[in-house]
Amino acid sequence: MYKSVNTRVQRRGATLWTIATLLAIGLTSPVSAQTTAWGKLGRTATPAEIKAWDIDVRPDFAGLPAGSGAVSKGQDVWESRCESCHGTFGESNEVFTPIIGGTTAEDIKTGHVAALRNDSQPQRSTMMKVSQLSVLWDYINRAMPWNQPKSLSTDEVYAVVAYILNMAGVVPNDFVLSDKNIAATQGRLPNRNGTTLAHGMWDVAAKPDVQGSNCMTNCATSVTISSRLPDYARNAHGDIATQNRLIGSVRGADTLRPAAKTFVSPAERKPATAGPAAAAGAKPDPVKLANQHACMACHGVANKVVGPALQDVHKKYSGQPAADVARQLAARIKAGGTGTWGNIPMPPQGHVPDADIQAIAEWIANGKF
Amino acid sequence: MPPWQHSKKDDKAAMTFNHRPGRLQKAPEFFLTREAMTLSRDDRRSFLRKAFLAAGGAAGTLALSKGAVAADGDPAILNLPAHTKGLGQPVAARPYGLPSKHEENLQRRESPGLTRVGAASVSFAPLQGFFGIITPSGLHFERHHQGWWDIDPAQHRFMINGLVKNPKVYTMDDLMRMPSISRMHFIECGANTGMEWGNVAVPTVQYTHGMLSCCEFTGVPLKWLLDDCGADFKKGKFVLAEGADGSSMTRTINMANVLDDVMVAYAMNGEMLRPENGYPLRLVVPGVQGVSWVKYLRRIEVGDMPYAAKDETIHYVDLMPDGQHRQYTSIQEVKSVITSPSGGQVLIDKGFFNITGIAWSGRGKIQKVDVSVDGGKNWKSARLETPILDKCLTRFNIDWTWNGGDAILMSRATDSTGHVQPTMTALRKVRGTKSIYHNNSIQSWLVSANGEVSNVQIG
Repeated sequence: MYKSVNTRVQRRGATLWTIATLLAIGLTSPVSAQTTAWGKLGRTATPAEIKAWDIDVRPDFAGLPAGSGAVSKGQDVWESRCESCHGTFGESNEVFTPIIGGTTAEDIKTGHVAALRNDSQPQRSTMMKVSQLSVLWDYINRAMPWNQPKSLSTDEVYAVVAYILNMAGVVPNDFVLSDKNIAATQGRLPNRNGTTLAHGMWDVAAKPDVQGSNCMTNCATSVTISSRLPDYARNAHGDIATQNRLIGSVRGADTLRPAAKTFVSPAERKPATAGPAAAAGAKPDPVKLANQHACMACHGVANKVVGPALQDVHKKYSGQPAADVARQLAARIKAGGTGTWGNIPMPPQGHVPDADIQAIAEWIANGKF
Repeated sequence: MPPWQHSKKDDKAAMTFNHRPGRLQKAPEFFLTREAMTLSRDDRRSFLRKAFLAAGGAAGTLALSKGAVAADGDPAILNLPAHTKGLGQPVAARPYGLPSKHEENLQRRESPGLTRVGAASVSFAPLQGFFGIITPSGLHFERHHQGWWDIDPAQHRFMINGLVKNPKVYTMDDLMRMPSISRMHFIECGANTGMEWGNVAVPTVQYTHGMLSCCEFTGVPLKWLLDDCGADFKKGKFVLAEGADGSSMTRTINMANVLDDVMVAYAMNGEMLRPENGYPLRLVVPGVQGVSWVKYLRRIEVGDMPYAAKDETIHYVDLMPDGQHRQYTSIQEVKSVITSPSGGQVLIDKGFFNITGIAWSGRGKIQKVDVSVDGGKNWKSARLETPILDKCLTRFNIDWTWNGGDAILMSRATDSTGHVQPTMTALRKVRGTKSIYHNNSIQSWLVSANGEVSNVQIG
């Protein structure tokens, strides 16, 4: 029963010591030296159980199962299983950060991605960062596709990794990646020399690299504010007044309105989102509802976030009667959908009360933001 | 006179302020005179009464708390409320208790636009409203890489393999029959405050520092379990931790950490872990960034080299100005932040304030926290509240009087190894602005003359 365990450990480059130990266990009791009273809890894992779960692939490719996959096959897998999130060329940043982009033939020679030293790339792609090829194989095998992890066959994983490397110009079109040539292919990874352990945040005994000052008095002659939130971002995280407690020494700032010019105690100021209007049976504040139901997590009023700007939605239907538009939008919010504004689906919002959906839909339809 | 006491002169000034001619008349729900109450009985003005009732206790109490009460006194005292004159709710009306409805503003929230899909995202804990050092379980920050699950604990298994004499499988029954330990520790995402490396990007402490929580965890030291399996501690300098969810998250943990204080935990704050936090089993790696605290923990492998997992090769690597990525950055260095007054808040009055905040270090205990109210020119040591524990949040407080002018509030922690929290400028000088991870710089909050507090950086 220990044969496969031995095989596994040997693949990991274990020393004679470990092998000898395992053989010794095979000859004696499988239970390790247990000195505690609770030592009989748990049981020995079977080889099949270890095989089922021990799927990790190390940087030295220990743990990598035998197999192979061609770039062309990888393209097929990519187009059916990967492209919808990662883009045709692995360049998309619509759902996740890009996989491909920012690496050059020169980087393949040096093993350092030059774009990491300058601002030439808007986003760092996976290929710019990845220093160990084993992780591409390991991660795709364990966690991809995102909504159906562990559904690719071993050869499909090889093929997809080959296709990714091909898109990044690391391997030619007719390349077939396998357990035999993966270590050599590691030697062409653009950022293979791009990592360092020269820092104080790994070894618990290491020294930190940046030490602060102990100064207590007259530590600076002048204080300059170098950065602050721009006015247009005042409401980018929703109404802060609704994100703070309503009692105590402070309140949240009412970010639906510009900052006050002079001091007015927020305890005396009427919150914009409560008060007599609501009490008099008026419709609920759609801005508050849109924040409450996290609409604003994906939609800005004037700017596209994940979904379209609400102003753009309003504009698109501005030729139609507002009541009709509101009805259509309400149905769309409730059911979710994709296609009107791009590929990213809007999830269905069935959990939001109908009245709230209607109020939000009317707000967008009327366009009085 | 202690700073928190108002003088009679203050009260008089407040009254005068409230009655100053030419000022806008206060909405009746905030300032109810006898006349207004009489009017409210009048049919023609009945909407006023409705408005008052609807606006309710909270809003009414706000204004009155300043001491500006009607001639007879405070209606909150004079007019006995329903809860004083009626019958309350029975026991177990809510078999699992909930916070007051008046506290609903304090919720974990996403930062709009930070991520595109909720199952690979983060929600931030509302630090601005927390007291002490323990994070309520329902407000613990969330980070999911491939969505969260509520796993049947009877079906959950935990395996140890690799460089061990006897690879073993444990059920939850096994683990929970073992002797347990309970420890309080902070957990902070390596990317906490990561949006602020280049410039101010977010308004409040919830978004600048909210990927931080602190709880009491109960479980079994991983060392005991490795002993039970006969781990080879001579060759086995690392362990790989692996989750049972779709992402099957993996991270390498230093054996030095394992021998020190890593635990396999099933409980948090006196109850089982919440599903969002890894129910029924997670790794607790004190002092180390949250990504290493693998949730839904299914396996530990003992090995002789680091594993270069996705979240230590492609993500959670810190880009330096020379283009190199620091790999296996794990320890969360000394850090602190003032949680109130903090960004996005407005002070309710001039006068006394209790500046309060939290400090922590992945290398040990908090030794000292200094607070500046003048942008770092001068500092005073704050009071540290007990308990002061290893790799745990420490609460600090210090008195302050706001005179109505500009002030810049900052806190600076020192840990038991003598490491002092650096300024943003000092940190950038060494690490540049593109690191994303491990920003432990001093946070600055500008208090403006209008009473609003905002997030600023000092150049």
